[in-house]
Amino acid sequence: MSLALTGGLILGGCSSSSSDESSEASGDKTVVKMMHLWPEGSSNAQYTIVDDIIKTYEKENPDVDIQTEILGNEQYKEKIKVLSASNELPDVGITWAAGYMKPFVEGEMFAPLDDIAQKDKFVAGTLDAFSFDEKTYALPLELNITPVYYNKEIFKKYNLEAPKTYDEFLKVVKTLTDNKVTPITLGNKDRWTGSMWYMYLADRIGGPEVLNNAINRSGSFEDPALVKAAEEVKNLVDMGAFVKGFNGLSNDEAKGYFMNEQAAMYMMATWELPNYTTSPDVAQEFKDKVGYFKFPTYEGGKGNADSYVGGPGVGLFVSEQSKVKEEAKEFVSYLVEEWGKRSVVDAGVIPATFVDTNNAELHPMYIDILKDLENATNLTLYADVQMSAKVADVHLNQIQSLFGGESTPKQFTKAQEDALAAEK
Amino acid sequence: MKKVMSNKFVIALYTLPALFLILALIYIPIVLSGYYGLMDWDGIGQMTFIGLDNYVTLIQDKVFWTSTWHSLLLAIFSTASLLLYLAISLVLASKIKGSDLLRKIYLIPMLLSSVAIAQLWMKIFDPTNGMANKLLEMFGVENTPVWLADPAIALFAIFIPVIWQYAGFYILIYYAALKNVPDEVIEAAKIDGASALQIAFKIKLPLISGIFKVTVMLAVVGSLKYFDLIYVMTGGGPNGASEVIASYMYKEAFKLNNFGYGSAIGFGLLVLCLVMTWLTSKLTKSKDDVQ
Repeated sequence: MSLALTGGLILGGCSSSSSDESSEASGDKTVVKMMHLWPEGSSNAQYTIVDDIIKTYEKENPDVDIQTEILGNEQYKEKIKVLSASNELPDVGITWAAGYMKPFVEGEMFAPLDDIAQKDKFVAGTLDAFSFDEKTYALPLELNITPVYYNKEIFKKYNLEAPKTYDEFLKVVKTLTDNKVTPITLGNKDRWTGSMWYMYLADRIGGPEVLNNAINRSGSFEDPALVKAAEEVKNLVDMGAFVKGFNGLSNDEAKGYFMNEQAAMYMMATWELPNYTTSPDVAQEFKDKVGYFKFPTYEGGKGNADSYVGGPGVGLFVSEQSKVKEEAKEFVSYLVEEWGKRSVVDAGVIPATFVDTNNAELHPMYIDILKDLENATNLTLYADVQMSAKVADVHLNQIQSLFGGESTPKQFTKAQEDALAAEK
Repeated sequence: MKKVMSNKFVIALYTLPALFLILALIYIPIVLSGYYGLMDWDGIGQMTFIGLDNYVTLIQDKVFWTSTWHSLLLAIFSTASLLLYLAISLVLASKIKGSDLLRKIYLIPMLLSSVAIAQLWMKIFDPTNGMANKLLEMFGVENTPVWLADPAIALFAIFIPVIWQYAGFYILIYYAALKNVPDEVIEAAKIDGASALQIAFKIKLPLISGIFKVTVMLAVVGSLKYFDLIYVMTGGGPNGASEVIASYMYKEAFKLNNFGYGSAIGFGLLVLCLVMTWLTSKLTKSKDDVQ
């Protein structure tokens, strides 16, 4: 069996841009065309999972032939746009959430998948990112949430514990600055990094809906909770919570401060987990020092600690034009389920479906995160992904100005309210 | 051979490849980007003709004008730095010891790719671990600047590597020009008792003034079009504090998918370059050129 698989892999590798199955018998079979973006070379783990799933599926359904076309990320994005312009989308393909897929949904290119979307199997909020007008147009494969990683050794040295409330968190920051240790590293040249801090504060103070409502225009960006969140950011900056010169550092540079133990905390999505668990490039000694905590709760705030800022990465769509829609849907739901069983263990990718943590051989940090996800009450999609490109640019620029002290909290919220209002 | 070259048809044939290339790569794209500037277009989908709307927005766009101001600042700084390069070349060309080696050292930055230079200087400007601040700390400066993160100085911090990057190029040009000044003239001056300074100012500089004008033009136009270090080092940030025209154009066209507006900015840049070229040639014109 495994020999056959490896054989198939090698064959598959030879023709990475076209069908990876022998098409000799496809005459009387139903052909389902699929495009994905994990080439064998650069995303081997994902490639192997998908390839294995396809092989098993074909064995179980001998009358179906899945033909894959594999492209790298950027080429994939381009080709999908070109194909959709000529109404030639593959039966099954990969899409990104919210803003990216909106034109496709509006152009009726994607088929609604409500009949195969089993809501109870997905982490709260993940399907929403792929839904428009209560209809789901793609099934998410990946999920990233954003915990705060911290250096246990530094915390221990100053008798600190992972904070549960925002007041405790401020005390941690205070103790660290008093001892001339950089509390938090932040690469705010990239801007979305600072946006996540703001989003969490908005969530903890005003509850998960307040920012979403401001963006979808059922609320206002000048909501008191959103102003308060901006004031808290300013407060943190004034305390010296963030690394010096954060507005000029890229995320990668900022990460260096955490990896070199020059900063005690670093907030980043779970795609960083391999660096603290399995990656062979990072010293074990450092990995052992890293822990994480959920963003603390705010006293008197409406949000709870189980609400996360994050986002599903990619999802699977079925083309509305497909001639084999039923078969395609069946395959998609099978793929999502099988993917969920394997992606963490084999590729370190957290799936959007719940993972059974009992019988998987996983690093404890993964198990903890997965358990947290089971209890997640809400997932707030990255603000800049929710907004249109133009408003997102205003938001991100304002984030930089707020952190840099050029915009006051009031100016910060007003500029975004104006940009959102101008859009309608 | 002479017969072949006097045939008009052959001449036309020989210039065709170059003509074709320059049309396809320069003139046609210029016309096209002017045309795209009239469109509301995201770069992929349908183009909608909106007349001069993009250009009207452009004239009222504050970000465009601050970016233009930043580009002009860069032009002023790089023109001023030409004097520094010229001074160095004068010293190098006066046959001092080790001038060969020094010339090669000055040339090194030119051999590095812009992105490598940007990465190098980002490390130097790192607020905590960077060489610049470590040096300042050694001299006892307490509140060391945050360089690229400070909107007030980010742009000027980038000027430093830009000036460093082009030093080799201009020094090489000046050096070659100075070497072309005939020895006889200098010898005659020496016999007449001219000092080294007099030789430099009264003989060498006037003789290379043509080259100097060319470099001023290169520096001005090059600065207006400048993009790479700024894009890599700050991306135009923080919040537009180091945005120049080219980086703003890139952002609008490729990041915000406003291809039409991006084209309009590009066209604005072209007009600005033409005006500045005309202005520089006007300003540097001297009596000698009239002949």
